[in-house]
Amino acid sequence: MNKLYIFLKYFFIVVWTVFVVAPFLWALTTSFKDFQSVNGGVTYIPWLDFEPNLEGWKVLIKSPAKGGVDIIEPYFNSLFVTCTASLISIILGTLSAYALSRYTFKAGFVKNNDITFFFISQRIMPPIVLSIPFFLFLSSINLLDSLTGLIVVYIVLLMPIAVWIMVDFFNKVPREIDETALIDGCNPYQAFLKVVLPNSIPGLIVAGMFCIIFGWIDFFFAFILTFTEVQLLPVKIVALNSSVTPWWSLSASALVSVAPLIIVAFIVERYLSKGNLSGAIK
Amino acid sequence: MNFKHKYFFLFPGLFVLIGILIFPIIFVVRLSLSGWNSYNPGLDYIGLENYIRLFTDDPRFWESFFRLSFLSVTTVILQYVIGFALAHMVWKDIKFKRFFRVLFLVPMMTTPVIMTVIWRTFFHESLGPVNDLLSVFGVAPKWLTDPVIAKFTVIIVEVWQWTPFMFLLLLAGLLSLPKEPFLAAAIDGASPVRKFIYVTFPLMAPISIGAIIIRLIEASKIMDTVYVLTSGGPGTSTETSSFYIFIKGLREFQMGYAASMSFTYLIIMIISLTIIAKVLTKVLLKE
Repeated sequence: MNKLYIFLKYFFIVVWTVFVVAPFLWALTTSFKDFQSVNGGVTYIPWLDFEPNLEGWKVLIKSPAKGGVDIIEPYFNSLFVTCTASLISIILGTLSAYALSRYTFKAGFVKNNDITFFFISQRIMPPIVLSIPFFLFLSSINLLDSLTGLIVVYIVLLMPIAVWIMVDFFNKVPREIDETALIDGCNPYQAFLKVVLPNSIPGLIVAGMFCIIFGWIDFFFAFILTFTEVQLLPVKIVALNSSVTPWWSLSASALVSVAPLIIVAFIVERYLSKGNLSGAIK
Repeated sequence: MNFKHKYFFLFPGLFVLIGILIFPIIFVVRLSLSGWNSYNPGLDYIGLENYIRLFTDDPRFWESFFRLSFLSVTTVILQYVIGFALAHMVWKDIKFKRFFRVLFLVPMMTTPVIMTVIWRTFFHESLGPVNDLLSVFGVAPKWLTDPVIAKFTVIIVEVWQWTPFMFLLLLAGLLSLPKEPFLAAAIDGASPVRKFIYVTFPLMAPISIGAIIIRLIEASKIMDTVYVLTSGGPGTSTETSSFYIFIKGLREFQMGYAASMSFTYLIIMIISLTIIAKVLTKVLLKE
């Protein structure tokens, strides 16, 4: 019985591992192929099945005028939009979360939990519902196809995540530490900045990572609200897909664009093992 | 604590969020009462005409909605079962525990549309590895162009992409469980299966509800995977509500009608998610 259980367990883990890794391996080998080894039948193993070459990777750094795939500018656009929107969301979200965790609010029947729920419930909003008014709104103030417009939209996407994680985190930071700071003569802002924030760094990191993940992987708003002036990475790569597909450069650019966040997986695992993520879910 | 300062902490975030959101929501409602399209852009007033059209004369919207329900419920159930199994397996000590934990998290860190582009090549009918390997058995499913199989392709991709998120939530939950019930079960000599049914699963019920609801919310937005993988095709066989609204609104520029659909969709979403949350809470917490 026990042996069977262990066998099944490892069997399942191996199957899932293969499933998780398969598309990455396929993309990696494809990125070294040329026209013949993509279109002349399916090939798997470099040197044995096909002769690897670096063409798919070289076009990534060539200028578009020379037939390259210009992903450097979209890369920095994506990075800029994600980081700026995450930073703003974290700052505003942390302040609000602190207020919701430490003070009591009451306006009619609206209480703390309702306000927290209001923040979090914005995730329920289907992007398509917002996209149509945003499209018309941004075009009327000339922010369509601009980084600023995208950042504004992304704040709506990311702030609920920041508030959600930080409210829980602040609830776990003992109240005594800010009370002590207040007794020691700090005003509430100093207490927050000098005492509470330094004690909340793990929470801030977790919230920051989730904001960055959900900002970086968003495609929909970038797809609808930008066209030619500004291109974000996912839109650029999907656009590559629609033309006659050179699978090698497509795979190479896909790998380059998913690579940075894989580091985030390591950080998430670290905090997961330390137990810093547990509170956020309940 | 001091009374006035609390507003300085709360209001910046709250007002920015409301400020960005309030206009679009009011505007969607107003837009849904107008006949804005590409010939006639402008906020005229045509009453409930759009809604009447939606409820009496647009089976395609309702089909896309049921398709969305099918896709999201199926993917979330699969994600929950697989995610729970995986989390349970790497919860206690196994070899290379941290390696597997990181590995199982990786797909959720990758951009869905970009991975979908890779999946498209992966499931390509003549040049993809899946059909090449399956040709050993003499079958070649039309992964992207068969109306039935295409749905399952979408499900496979969604499960690959988002099971890690379920895994993350459930593993975080497992790691936060108290130790005493497990000690008691061990002293009683309970078998692994009984331990799971009588100790682990009930303790995990609240976390499971949270995780399932979170995933259902995200899954109900399925759109970009579908857009890249099949463009809603073949025909309309993988078209979800979001995608249909997108076609009507931002491809055909029937803004007024699309607004009425998206408002209806939002209301249905809120109602059905609330009901699901209530039902799940009852079912899982009672056991």
